[in-house]
Amino acid sequence: MPGPHISLAAETVTHLFTLPISNSLISTWSLLLFLSVFSIWVSCHLKLIPHRLQSAVEWFLEALLGLFASLLGADLARKFLPLLGTFFIFIILSNWSGLLPGVGTIGIYPEPSEFIPLFRAPTADLNTTLALAVVSIMSIQAAGLKGLGLNYLKKFFNFSSPVDFFVGLLEIISEISRMISFTFRLFGNIFAGEVLLAVVAFLIPLFVPIPFLGMELFVGFIQALVFAMLTATFLNLAVTKVGH
Amino acid sequence: MDLKILSAGLTIAIGGIGPAIAIGIIVAKAVEAIGRNPDASTDIRSSMILGAAFAEAIAIYALVIALIIKFV
Repeated sequence: MPGPHISLAAETVTHLFTLPISNSLISTWSLLLFLSVFSIWVSCHLKLIPHRLQSAVEWFLEALLGLFASLLGADLARKFLPLLGTFFIFIILSNWSGLLPGVGTIGIYPEPSEFIPLFRAPTADLNTTLALAVVSIMSIQAAGLKGLGLNYLKKFFNFSSPVDFFVGLLEIISEISRMISFTFRLFGNIFAGEVLLAVVAFLIPLFVPIPFLGMELFVGFIQALVFAMLTATFLNLAVTKVGH
Repeated sequence: MDLKILSAGLTIAIGGIGPAIAIGIIVAKAVEAIGRNPDASTDIRSSMILGAAFAEAIAIYALVIALIIKFV
């Protein structure tokens, strides 16, 4: 009896010229297509008296804005909502896309003994989460530079005293470790969830996986929330002046 | 081969101890705070979830290492 199909890295499905197309890349592109079409369709049908869908979208965005306003203040939250909201929506939908039926189970057999699924949750691939973490940390640095000017760099390179110089080095290390922890927190949670679901469905296929599916829905939501909220908190730290 | 399975199991077993204690303390303190001041429960709950996610991340690092040992 073969065990459940578990692969740490995303598998290559096909090649586009020389670019390997992995199954998580196919999922990412499908998700991006869905999100773009959905948002363009909703924003083309805006009315003064909102329809049901428009009310739902407006309620959701206002809830997000309220959440970030409680961390950043109203002005900053409005300024950074495009970045933080995109993080939240993209991450929560990629986490939940791994729970759809057919994701990870429909696939191709390049050889009779080898199975490659056609779809894989984008955040269950280390490349996606690393890219998200790099975008998050780089935009925090950009926001800090724009908000405080060259004073922001004093946090990292301060030659006024040996202690301040050493603290600056520690700050650089802490930025890098933030990136690593963003990457592995998201990847680890989602990939561990997929392994858990595969193993449970392999051991007892009937009814028992249902509570685990509910738990994975909750974990996917919490991880998206944590990613967006941590980015908001670090943004807030970066754009406020350091006082002693 | 046996050593590989043993080390993967030990990694997550030992790596889970610290985060388990940490999450227990975080939630216990948050429940205590909500009991003292029920009006602030929404604020306390959101910082509790953030703190618990930080602590949980440590366990997830151990889990990633265990999975790498097992599958690579």
